[in-house]
Amino acid sequence: TGTMAAPGGGGRNGAPAAEWGGFEDNMQQGGGSAVIDMENMDDTSGSSFEDMGEMHQRMKEEEEEEAEGEAGAGEEEDGEFLGMKGLRGQLGRQVADQMWQVGKRQASRAFSLYANIDILRPYFDVEPVQVRARLLESMIPVKMINFPQKIAGELYGPLMLVFTLVAILLHGMKTSDTIIREGTLMGTAIGTCFGYWLGVSSFMYFLAYLCNAQITMVQMLSLLGYGLFGHCITLFVTYNIHFHSLFYVFWLVVGGLSTLRMVAVLVSRTVGHTQRLILCGTLAALHMLFLLYLHFAYHKVVEGILDTLEGPNMPPFQRVARDIPVVSSAVLNTTAKAIAMTL
Amino acid sequence: FPGLADVSISQDIPVEGEITVPVGSHSPDEDYSTLDEPVRDTIMRDLRAVGKKFVHVMYPRKSSALLRDWDLWGPLVLCVSLALMLQGGSADSKDDGGPQFAEVFVIIWFGAVVITLNSKLLGGTISFFQSLCVLGYCVLPLTVAMLVCRLVLLAGAGTISFIIRLIVVVAMFGWSTLASTAFLADSQPPNRKALVVYPIFLFYFVISWMILTFTPQ
Repeated sequence: TGTMAAPGGGGRNGAPAAEWGGFEDNMQQGGGSAVIDMENMDDTSGSSFEDMGEMHQRMKEEEEEEAEGEAGAGEEEDGEFLGMKGLRGQLGRQVADQMWQVGKRQASRAFSLYANIDILRPYFDVEPVQVRARLLESMIPVKMINFPQKIAGELYGPLMLVFTLVAILLHGMKTSDTIIREGTLMGTAIGTCFGYWLGVSSFMYFLAYLCNAQITMVQMLSLLGYGLFGHCITLFVTYNIHFHSLFYVFWLVVGGLSTLRMVAVLVSRTVGHTQRLILCGTLAALHMLFLLYLHFAYHKVVEGILDTLEGPNMPPFQRVARDIPVVSSAVLNTTAKAIAMTL
Repeated sequence: FPGLADVSISQDIPVEGEITVPVGSHSPDEDYSTLDEPVRDTIMRDLRAVGKKFVHVMYPRKSSALLRDWDLWGPLVLCVSLALMLQGGSADSKDDGGPQFAEVFVIIWFGAVVITLNSKLLGGTISFFQSLCVLGYCVLPLTVAMLVCRLVLLAGAGTISFIIRLIVVVAMFGWSTLASTAFLADSQPPNRKALVVYPIFLFYFVISWMILTFTPQ
């Protein structure tokens, strides 16, 4: 081993091809092999043997090309094409170039591994008729709860329903002139809807895991997402026609139907009375309460403030302190009266 | 030096070598020659490209010029002008000026990104930035509608002006949706066009709603 290393180490310092001879052979064979590619995938450092070997091989080849070109140019630099003048300029540039290529390759490999949206592609594989059928089905409670009902694990419909809900919420907030301080209307709407969809789905999935229900996360997201169809209809109607009694009717009927459907599907997939009760009670409560919250928090709060300024109690849903001169002066008067009475 | 006789190159090749190598080393200079042109030429070239794309949006025909050389200058200009015009439109100007600009900006860009991802997930063949480019350029009719609404509101804010604004905004919304659908829906399988058109419809509907409910202070 000593005799083998010495000729390689003690010789030229500009062309270490002999030292890397073994790896070069590997590189030639492994260029198209999947096995060596898989090994390279785990490599996060920039100085793996294969890459260094490849780099040096390419540098050597390009030096030889440059050498031929410059030798063709003739003049006194015939014997000096590997001289220090040529090396300093060309070598530095090529090393930088090779480092850039290696870095780019590894970055694109990492990107294609982690930021691959193809992971989500199977969940978007739907036809428009399927989406329409599922939308209508989400309002029809199933009768057969002894047999596990099929849930389609699809994300296109739920995502579009969440965005529609965001648009409807925005419309409701604009018509009631809700002013949100320290934030934007759009941010609040998006945060509320997505927070409900993702947060309640995760929570219900966790509960389902505890209660041994047969449901996956994507199915839970899909079920809850399609349940928002009832919310969309209710809010779309009641944000435009302002009768509280109409809202309560819609809340019970439309909200109730979609809740019944979700509950029936969950019950069909759970065993045991206590577990069924826990799961369905939680889901029904959260679903109905969300609709109630969306209606009251974002809609015509002005009426609420003006109505209750007569009595001493302020309403619980005081989401916005609307800064109208009339209201603020009325509030000021009431407070002044209250303070005067206590003194 | 007898060994060098083998190494030396024949008389023909140096001539070829001298001709090819200098040309090879001059080509980076040719690429950089656009650095030497006057700034006016660069700006005019970019402005002409943006203007051509505006014309394509206003008269949507099946041309691929909008898709081939995408650029995001037009969408940026349109988005900023729309956001500026939508400012100052509610009760308190002191704490609502900021969020409204950010709102419009975020809605347009976030919405465009979501629609692009959606169309890619549904099996579209169009690239990310091409789709962003098309969606951004198709905001042009709505920007024109905003201008018209502002001018109408200068004259008064009664029922007649509301009806005029409604008609204008609805017409421009339809134009925007049709224009962007003409470019984007072609890249989808034929039976799934409705799945791609719906988010675009929702996106321009939200923007139109913001324009229609704008009331200056």
